[in-house]
Amino acid sequence: MDGYFPLIIGAILVNNFVLTRFLGICPFLGVSKRLDTAIGMSGAVLFVLTLACAVTTALSRFFLVPLKIQFMQTIVFILVIAALVQLVEVLMQRFAPPLYKALGIYLPLITTNCAVLGAAVLSTKNNYTVMKATVFGAASAIGFALALVLFASLREKLELAQVPKCMQGTAIALVTAGLLAMVFMGFAGLGG
Amino acid sequence: MPAVILLLVMGLVLGLVIGIVVKLFGAEVDPRLEEVEEALPGSNCGACGFAGCAAFAEALVTGKSDNPGMCTSCDEQTVGKLAGLLGLTATMQTPMVAVVRCSGDNDKARRGGLYNGVSDCGHASLVAGGAKACLHGCLGLGTCARACPVDAIEMTPAGLAVVHPDICTGCGKCVRTCPRKLIILAPKSAQVHVLCNSPEKGAAKRDACTVSCIGCRKCVKEAGDDHMAMDGFLARVNYDNPPSSAEIAAVCPTKCLQPSLIAEAPAPHEDEQQEVVNA
Repeated sequence: MDGYFPLIIGAILVNNFVLTRFLGICPFLGVSKRLDTAIGMSGAVLFVLTLACAVTTALSRFFLVPLKIQFMQTIVFILVIAALVQLVEVLMQRFAPPLYKALGIYLPLITTNCAVLGAAVLSTKNNYTVMKATVFGAASAIGFALALVLFASLREKLELAQVPKCMQGTAIALVTAGLLAMVFMGFAGLGG
Repeated sequence: MPAVILLLVMGLVLGLVIGIVVKLFGAEVDPRLEEVEEALPGSNCGACGFAGCAAFAEALVTGKSDNPGMCTSCDEQTVGKLAGLLGLTATMQTPMVAVVRCSGDNDKARRGGLYNGVSDCGHASLVAGGAKACLHGCLGLGTCARACPVDAIEMTPAGLAVVHPDICTGCGKCVRTCPRKLIILAPKSAQVHVLCNSPEKGAAKRDACTVSCIGCRKCVKEAGDDHMAMDGFLARVNYDNPPSSAEIAAVCPTKCLQPSLIAEAPAPHEDEQQEVVNA
C-alpha cells in the first residue's frame, strides 16, 4: 500500500483536478446548476475516468512503449475514452433516461473532457503501474465529484440569494468558483 | 506499421464491445420518431410551443402533443401525413403571417438623433429610444430579420423591416424580438393592415412621420365598425373580421393603411402559370 495514501489525498484535495489544475471546467460550470445532475455527472465521470486510466496505462505500458510508438498516445487515449463514454451513454439512456436528458450535451462531451485525458496523460507521465493509475483515476474522479457537488450546492444557495442584476448567472458563478479554488489552494503541501 | 495495426485492432475490439453492449442494453427508440422528425421542416422556429422540431417530434410520438397541426410551417399535406402516421386527428391552425406595423422608413420618418451604437434594435431602443423622432416606429436595425428562421423579413435600403408574407410561416419568433412590440401575427387572409403603432396624438405623429395614422377615422367609416375600430388615436384592423377588400386602403390620407403584400401581388393562378409554361 506504499504511496497510495498520499496519491489519493493528493488527487482529491491537493491537486484537485478542477480547482487546482483547472481541468474539466466545462462540465464544472455546465452541469452544476442542480445537485442531482451534478451527482449523476460525477458518477459518469468516475466510471469513465477510472476505466480510462486503467485501460490507457495498460495500453501505454504494454503496447505503446515496447513498440516505441509513444507518439500515438493522444490518439489512442482519445479512442479509448470515446469508446468508454459511448458505453456510459448507452447504459444511461437505458437505465436512467431522466439523468441522460438532464446531462444533455455534457455527457458526450466527457469524450473531450480535459480532466479525463489529463488524468490518463499524467499517469503515463508519472510512470504509474496499472494498479496505481486506476487508483489515481478513481481518486481524481472523486476530487472532480467533490468540487462539482460543492459547487452545485453553492449555486443552489445562490439561486435564493439576492444577487445584483449585473452579476446574476454565470458572473456570480465564476466568482464563486474562484473563491472555491482559493480554498483548495489551502491544501497545498498536504500529503503528496 | 505497428501504429496502424494497433489502431485497427483497437478500433475493432472497442467497436465490438460497444456493439455487444448496445445489442444487450440499447434503449428502444420508436421507429416513428425518425420519420416524424424527417417530415417536420427542421427550421426549429418554436411556433408549436416546443423547443425545436426534434422536441416536437418526440412530443408527438410520446403523446405529449396530439396535434401535428400545431406546426405552422407544415403544409396541409405534411400535417395529414403526420396525422396518418401517428393515428391522430390534426386541426390546422389559421395561417398567420407577421406584420410590421410601421411604414415610416428613413425617407418618411423624421430623424430625432444620430445613433452610432451596436447595430441592434434592442440596444438602440435603450439609448434614448433610438434615432427616429417617433418613439414607436421601426428602428430598422434588423434584429427581427436576424431572428427569422426562414429569412422572410427584408430590411429595405431605407431602413424598414418588411415581411414577405409568402415566405413567412407565422412562427412568431420576430414578434418576441422587437423591442417596440411592432410586429404582430395577423391572419394571412387579411387584406389590409394599419402600418402604424404610435399611440400619440395625430398632430404629434404627423410631425414625426408622413405615413403615420393621424386618427382621421376615414377608414373606420368606410369599412364599418365591425371591420375596423379606433384604439385611442390609432385605427386598427379587426383581425377577427377584417375588411374584405384591399380597395379600402385608398381612403387613407397618409397612406398608412396599406393593402397586404399578398393582396397587392397575388400569387398567379394555376392556369396562368400553365400558360407561362406553355409559352
